[in-house]
Amino acid sequence: MATLERLRKEMSDLIPEFFRQCRAADENRLAEYNAAVVIQSWFRGSRVRAHLRHLNRMVNVIQKWWRGYLARKYFRNKVKTAYFIMKMNFYNDMAVRIQKMWRGYYVRKYVHNYYALKKYLEGVAIKNSLVRKELEEYATMREKEKLKQDLEKEERRKNYEARKMHYLLSTEQVAGVFNSPYRQYPDEMEFRLQRARPLSHRDLPKKSNDSDGFVDWSDCRHPFSFPTTSLLPPINKKKPQGPFRDVGEVLQQRYKPLEPTLKVATSFTSVEEAREEIKRQEWAKGFQDVMFAPFASFHKNKPYEPLIHTSTEYKRIPYGNQNFRVEEATKWVTKKRASAFG
Amino acid sequence: MSQRQVLQVFEQYQKARTQFVQTVAELATRPQNIETLQNAGVLSLLRPLLLDVVPTIQQTSALALGRLANYNDDLAEAVVKGDILPQLVYSLAEQNRFYKKAAAFVLRAVAKHSPQLAQSIVDCGAVDMLVICLEDFDPGVKEAAAWALGCVARHNAELSQAVVDAGAVPLLVLCIQEPEIALKRIAASALSDLSKHSPELAQTVVDAGAIAHLAQMILNPDAKLKRQVLSALSQIAKHSVDLAEMVVEAEIFPVVLTCLKDPDEYVKKNSATLIREIARHTPELSQLIVNAGGVAAVIDCIGNCKGNVRLPGIMMLGYVAAHSENLAMAVIISKGVPQLAICLSEEAEDHIKAAAAWSLGQIGRHTPEHARAVAVANVLPKLLSLYMDTESSEDLQVKAKKALKNILQKCTHLPALEPLLHDAPPNILKHVVGQFSKVLPHDSKARRLFVTSGGLKKIQEISADPGSPLQEYINTINNCYPEEIVRYYSPGYSQTLLERVDHYQPVLS
Repeated sequence: MATLERLRKEMSDLIPEFFRQCRAADENRLAEYNAAVVIQSWFRGSRVRAHLRHLNRMVNVIQKWWRGYLARKYFRNKVKTAYFIMKMNFYNDMAVRIQKMWRGYYVRKYVHNYYALKKYLEGVAIKNSLVRKELEEYATMREKEKLKQDLEKEERRKNYEARKMHYLLSTEQVAGVFNSPYRQYPDEMEFRLQRARPLSHRDLPKKSNDSDGFVDWSDCRHPFSFPTTSLLPPINKKKPQGPFRDVGEVLQQRYKPLEPTLKVATSFTSVEEAREEIKRQEWAKGFQDVMFAPFASFHKNKPYEPLIHTSTEYKRIPYGNQNFRVEEATKWVTKKRASAFG
Repeated sequence: MSQRQVLQVFEQYQKARTQFVQTVAELATRPQNIETLQNAGVLSLLRPLLLDVVPTIQQTSALALGRLANYNDDLAEAVVKGDILPQLVYSLAEQNRFYKKAAAFVLRAVAKHSPQLAQSIVDCGAVDMLVICLEDFDPGVKEAAAWALGCVARHNAELSQAVVDAGAVPLLVLCIQEPEIALKRIAASALSDLSKHSPELAQTVVDAGAIAHLAQMILNPDAKLKRQVLSALSQIAKHSVDLAEMVVEAEIFPVVLTCLKDPDEYVKKNSATLIREIARHTPELSQLIVNAGGVAAVIDCIGNCKGNVRLPGIMMLGYVAAHSENLAMAVIISKGVPQLAICLSEEAEDHIKAAAAWSLGQIGRHTPEHARAVAVANVLPKLLSLYMDTESSEDLQVKAKKALKNILQKCTHLPALEPLLHDAPPNILKHVVGQFSKVLPHDSKARRLFVTSGGLKKIQEISADPGSPLQEYINTINNCYPEEIVRYYSPGYSQTLLERVDHYQPVLS
């Protein structure tokens, strides 16, 4: 109650105070309001900024992680490829090394074998020396043969000479040309003359006259020459007795070549012989002795083959094969006369 | 007048004709009479006598015509222009063997001069008649016909084709098989003439089976036959690998080598040609020849003869060596290089020298070993002198230069290279110095020798354009030696030393 009392007592003071206070409040209201706004705006701004800062920090973190992740991924890839390349290079190197060794080995062993080459060249050298030796032998052999032939030819020539000059042979009384009395030994020719048979007149080579006046001059190797005169008849020492004909004439008569007439020259049985000969020839050429029977008269039975133009269905009647009045009723167009006859 | 007197006139006329043709035929054998005979109109007088009733006169007049036509191509042309050929061809089929022979002789004499004349022979249808004559019984007629055909075919491929088309080849192959040597000879020569123009013609000859018969006759003792046979085989073998292989398959190989020892020069030459034509085609064929000892035989043959006979042998060595290094080595160990060097210095004619130079180049171009073998034979200075000689033909100079270059690019045998340093022209010097610059950096003994023999001095004296390969080589060589040595050998160094003496102030104590 005391309080109430005290309040009542103070009432009078209180009411003006109240009014004063209310007025003061009204007077300051706007300023306070503005101040409140400022305070609130600052506070709110701070809070939003703090939030944004927070957000930024979060974003940074996220980005950091993401970028780190990407970079690591990229790096891992990079390392992988680098490693791969390194590996490949290494492998290639090693492959080259292996191939090098192998190829070297292979070529040395099979393609360019040094020892084989050496051996081959030695073989060639040996072969060469063999060939040289053989050829040398061949050449010397040829030379010897040639020499021998020449010697033989010379010998033959000398012998012929000796035969020709046989009259130079020395006799018991008179020494020959080759047997000079002033020499110790006679000449070699002397012995040759002794051995030789004198050349007889009959051995003279006869002129071959088989070509009947045709002489072969077409190869220009021999110069052309006119026919020489025939040999003169031998000279007789003494004249024969009696009224003989001229010697040349007689000889000519004697040595005249035989010139038979055709009738004489031909054999009497030549016709028969020729027939026999033809028969024999035919027999020799033929494959069979017996004629092949079925075809013996083949050519006779050959049918006549008409030309293509003329071989129509309606043939011409062969001219005069039977008679001129033959009729073929089957070929008539109308049956009138056929029925009339039939 | 009695009958006898009448007949006497005819007899005299016949005698006069006979004597006329015989005299003309004899006069025609001497070259100095020919012009007079021609001016006297002998051709127009002989022409009617070809149709004379007496065979002897016909034959002799044909012979006289043949001799006249044989003499030069003007007369041969006159024979063609005088329409004598158709008469001959007409009577070639009719008459006896002597006339055939004489007529074939005329045809041969006309055909041998020029392709045009041979063409005129072909145009008048003589080839067919000659082919018929090849079937004649008489070997003399065959011989004359084969000879005439050979003369026609010799000129060019068309004429040969005409002869082949007339069917001559099988008959010629039959003629080779006849026993008469002369006929064989002529037939082989005709086959050679036929097959020389083109591979197709050669193939025709091969198809007729000529090779086997020809190969058999290589051993025949008759030298002239051997010549023709070898020539025919080489003409066949020269065209292609296949033909060459067919020739080789006829087992000519050890046998041909004996022909290289033949006393006859032409046999030698033709057999060397045959071997060359075979070796030319492939390494395998060359190898075959090397294995048969052919290279040694050819080298011996080159050593035994002189002049043109050597040429095919020399070229054969070059062809063999060109195929591969092993074959070149085979030529070297067969002692081919010294022989070629002898040819190079002995022979007088430029084309043989050129061939020898080419062959040496082919031998030396493979490896340093080959080049060394060539260089040791002292060939390089000779080649250089041939290249430098103003009297050498252009071809020889080119070949010598090429050979020199080929050998130098492989040569590492320095003693042989040194003389070249002193007298080679710059374009050769380049290669020489290049070889030194390749060898010297790796060989200390050679470096020493190079200084003592005066090579380094020579190198310093060379004036090369800066930047040219020659200058680079020189620099490489200089880099192999210490600075002082190089300077010591530089030209004018003594001068600089003397100058230094002049400028030197003695230190007086």
